[in-house]
Amino acid sequence: MSANTHELGQHAPARKFPPIGEISVAVLALVIIGGIYVASHLPNPVSLTPAVISTLLATILVLVNVALLSHLEEFAWKVFFQVAKWSLIAYGIIAGMLEYIFIFDKVRGSALLLFSSILLVFAINIPIHFGFSVARHQEP
Amino acid sequence: MAHDLASPPTRNFEIVPKKALPIVGIVLVALVVAIASNKLWAIDFFHVVGGGLWTAVDLFVGFVVGPILGRLSIPARMEFSMKFMPKMLVLMPTLVIMTLAAGWQLARHQKFILSSDEHHGWVVASMIVVGVMAVIALGILEPANIAVLFELKKPQPNGELIGKLMKRFLYTAGITGAMQVATLIIMTRIATL
Repeated sequence: MSANTHELGQHAPARKFPPIGEISVAVLALVIIGGIYVASHLPNPVSLTPAVISTLLATILVLVNVALLSHLEEFAWKVFFQVAKWSLIAYGIIAGMLEYIFIFDKVRGSALLLFSSILLVFAINIPIHFGFSVARHQEP
Repeated sequence: MAHDLASPPTRNFEIVPKKALPIVGIVLVALVVAIASNKLWAIDFFHVVGGGLWTAVDLFVGFVVGPILGRLSIPARMEFSMKFMPKMLVLMPTLVIMTLAAGWQLARHQKFILSSDEHHGWVVASMIVVGVMAVIALGILEPANIAVLFELKKPQPNGELIGKLMKRFLYTAGITGAMQVATLIIMTRIATL
């Protein structure tokens, strides 16, 4: 350990966690792929199946993450919820802005439903990801 | 003077600078008004200002601030991060939403989103570049940024962890900086087709 790090104190080695962070990144990639697929075809009618599949997969992975989180013992939940709360506000606003744009642009029907689902998964996934990424380094 | 140099950096800082939030609120309201007004100038203004700043900040942080930060001692990095990272936490999402929301409206206005339009391929390319940047920024860079700030708040921060997270931050900032070069190429192509 260098002199600089030594001055900052001794710390316990990092704990092992389930791959919650990796799953969150996969969710992020899936919703972005689905979003780009639909957005790149608008306003023409297009098969929504690829985007529906990616959104369903993303939703399942978010649920897996919630299950993995709920089984964590001795976790810094206070920090997790603190970060998740602020992230939900910030990224909820961002998702809301994008939803507003699609409604403003008269996107309707199944395309709007799909976009709304993508944005909802996005707005839920980011707080989980940020909250976990920070809380994993904190003392319970 | 000697005391100033020896004393540890203060941990009394806000992770989310609350003073900046009203400014963010004003920008977002103005963005909604610009979109609702459907005025090309207003939409173009938000896209150019947001996109220009986003690209410039990413390039500057990736290729100028990052390498300098990487060569500083850990206490110096900590001191810099305490002042720099909270601002980035508020600034970057605001610039991103300004650019994307106005950019989509601009493309719609100019009919670039129609697959028959000659600009369409470039617009899709820009979406892909932004998508990759979003995965890197939201998946790796931003969580590392926030985790560093929480670590810095502790009475005895873990220097090793901060070093590891900062390295992650610096590498990903370099990657997003490099990807902004692709954005510059795409946007200048769209503007001159």
